Amino acid sequence: MKPLSVIVTSVCDIFAWFMIVFGVYVINNGHNTPGGGFQGGAITATFLSLVLVARGGKKFYAWVREGIYGLFEFIGLMAFFIFGCMGFPHSFFFNSLAIPQGGKALSNWIPWSGTIALMNVSVGLEVIGALSLVIVYMYGSIRMVETGAGMGGERGHDRFDR
Amino acid sequence: MRKAVYLVAVVVLAGLLSGMFGELHVFGVPQATEMDDYFLARAPLDRSAQNVVTSLVFDFRGFDTLGEAGVLFTALCSIGALFREGGKRE
Repeated sequence: MKPLSVIVTSVCDIFAWFMIVFGVYVINNGHNTPGGGFQGGAITATFLSLVLVARGGKKFYAWVREGIYGLFEFIGLMAFFIFGCMGFPHSFFFNSLAIPQGGKALSNWIPWSGTIALMNVSVGLEVIGALSLVIVYMYGSIRMVETGAGMGGERGHDRFDR
Repeated sequence: MRKAVYLVAVVVLAGLLSGMFGELHVFGVPQATEMDDYFLARAPLDRSAQNVVTSLVFDFRGFDTLGEAGVLFTALCSIGALFREGGKRE
């Protein structure tokens, strides 16, 4: 995939970083405002697709670290499960860290609502990793067909066949 | 013959649907509010959550959300199995 015009790349340079900041904001404020882990993770994952469309495949692969996205996915899923297990004396997914206090925040400087905020962050990490990896895998497949490497014989899945 | 059968089926379905629309209750006036009142009262007081929707998603119905996360992970696994390029990137 070739990079687009100068206008698109300039807009991408500004807007892609804004998407990351906005997505992290949505994830971190999911327990107070509309949004949450799934939505914020999807917003953050648009960074990679923006870079791919505007900057082209070369820059895309310069930015991609597949291992980090896999780690995000793993850590997010595990943290989500562990926070769910934390409420086991009461029930599965009981908000055990919450302190009942009449709907007011625990302190003025951090909006805190028990495990809900932590679960938002873990789900956000998981969605960032999963959606970014989907883009990476699918673009890799397109590239394989474009370069002719994947034509005339299946070559994927097995790392030891060449 | 076939058209007549289709016509009868359409008429019967339209009659059933219009009958169902007559049975709908007015929008904005829920018939049973016990569940809504329970969640609206308990989420801010007991679980200290200002956002009731997030409290439902991650606390009251957290098992459902775990299933959603599992669906996402399964989709990622299947996409990786279908599309991933083997070997090293040149």
